[in-house]
Amino acid sequence: MERLTLDATVSKPLSFDLRQTSLRQVNQFLHRELTAGQTVQIAHPDGAHSLAVGLTVPAEVNVEGHVGYYAAGMNQQARVTIRGNAGPGVAENMMSGRVHVTGFASVSAGASAHGGRLIIDGDAGLRCGISLKGADIVVGGSVGSFSAFMAQAGRLVICGDAGDALGDSLYEAVIYIRGEAKSLGADAQFEEMRDRDYEALHELLSEADLTHDPRSFRRIASAKQLYHWNANAQQDY
Amino acid sequence: MCGIVGLLLKTPTLHASLGELMVPMLVGMGDRGPDSAGLAVFTEQLPIGELKYSLYSGRQVCDWAVLLATAQAELSDQATLQDNGNHAILTAQIAPDVFKPWLVQRYPQLHLLSAGRTLDLYKDTGGPAAVAQRYQFETLKGTHLVGHTRMATESAVTPAHAHPFTAGEDFCLVHNGSLSNPHAIRRKLEPQGIHFETDNDTEAACRFLEWRMSQGDDLKTALEKGFEELDGFYTFLMGTANQLALVRDAFACKPALVAETDDYVAIASEFRALAHLPDIDQAQLFEPAPEEIYVWNV
Repeated sequence: MERLTLDATVSKPLSFDLRQTSLRQVNQFLHRELTAGQTVQIAHPDGAHSLAVGLTVPAEVNVEGHVGYYAAGMNQQARVTIRGNAGPGVAENMMSGRVHVTGFASVSAGASAHGGRLIIDGDAGLRCGISLKGADIVVGGSVGSFSAFMAQAGRLVICGDAGDALGDSLYEAVIYIRGEAKSLGADAQFEEMRDRDYEALHELLSEADLTHDPRSFRRIASAKQLYHWNANAQQDY
Repeated sequence: MCGIVGLLLKTPTLHASLGELMVPMLVGMGDRGPDSAGLAVFTEQLPIGELKYSLYSGRQVCDWAVLLATAQAELSDQATLQDNGNHAILTAQIAPDVFKPWLVQRYPQLHLLSAGRTLDLYKDTGGPAAVAQRYQFETLKGTHLVGHTRMATESAVTPAHAHPFTAGEDFCLVHNGSLSNPHAIRRKLEPQGIHFETDNDTEAACRFLEWRMSQGDDLKTALEKGFEELDGFYTFLMGTANQLALVRDAFACKPALVAETDDYVAIASEFRALAHLPDIDQAQLFEPAPEEIYVWNV
């Protein structure tokens, strides 16, 4: 396979067209050749799977179009912008960096992400932030059912509404919601907003270029009733 | 895993290009379903009383000219036949309750894929590109269609187990997912005289919905009953003489995407199958919500 290399003296953004260059070649370039501070443009993703996964350097990757499954998964340090919609599992297991989807994201956005920031301008599907482990997710629109299911750490900001069972079996992650949740999951509860919540929200919303008033959000966190086995609960949670 | 595609053309001048627009959609879902492919095409409606029967001979060679002559002699001298390898479409003024017993008696080796005034059906084993080429899908004309690429997970890889499944007249269904109670559905329907042709889970859903509609439900009411009775994971895409309908299970476990422009409504498991469509950049794209019923009319 032809190996793509970069002339170190080139300062203009490097461009790939996925209708001309294979997905594997583009991903291999991003893994092997990408250097800190570099900007890469990727055109015509046409719903490709696993685009820009596993990046490890603080570079900028701009994808012009809709992507398929697992885009920007396992990201470390890179700033990935998807100007379009994302398929299932965008930024899945992200460790650090920033992933921005300007359209909507399908199911399991940011699943299991340990760190970094995922910004979705539109809606996110079901199970957004499932098993979240420390990343921050800001959704400009609404999220589907079972979002933040078993989320352990990190924050999920929902500017719109949520489906059923929001925050089911939460651990230490915190949810901020501006609209309505169809229902809260087991052990999730609304809690009083404190100064540190307003400060956190202000910072998260600013980063996502959203101008909502932090005071229009409510906080959801774990009631911690599931932390210990309760035989008297008769499995009724 | 399986792939589903659907296309409904709003603009009549595009009807001649239905197959051409669809083939890249079906081929684009080849990774999701490499073992079989199928297609139901809804064409111009025949006059009342006339019906089209899609027939399939599998690996056996059928002398379609002899079948036509026999049908003309024994059923209707106006019968016509259009053959395409091991598929053929017989068109005649013959009621299903006359044609089906005749076919079983005279041609027990043939499989009746569909019956209706608008529906032609093709399905076979092999990847979608090979199946599309085998039956010249790119030449097909019509108003709307439902297609499927199969990766079998619960029953055998045979043409009969491939999708679309049909029941009754001018109704077909494709499925991405797996049902957990197809046998219970079957045990409910069989005592009512409903005959099953395979052990496939999707056939149970197809026959359940058609049974509800034969009992007087409209498609929407039948689907609402389906939400209560069909257990498992599913994205179902259905076609009737003048509609496409789409539903997903409560957990939306299986993907679906809809693209709508002034000219068409296109449905696929993934955007990959839609990326080639004209004006896709201007299309309104959305993911269907779980347990919502989406219906588009021709």
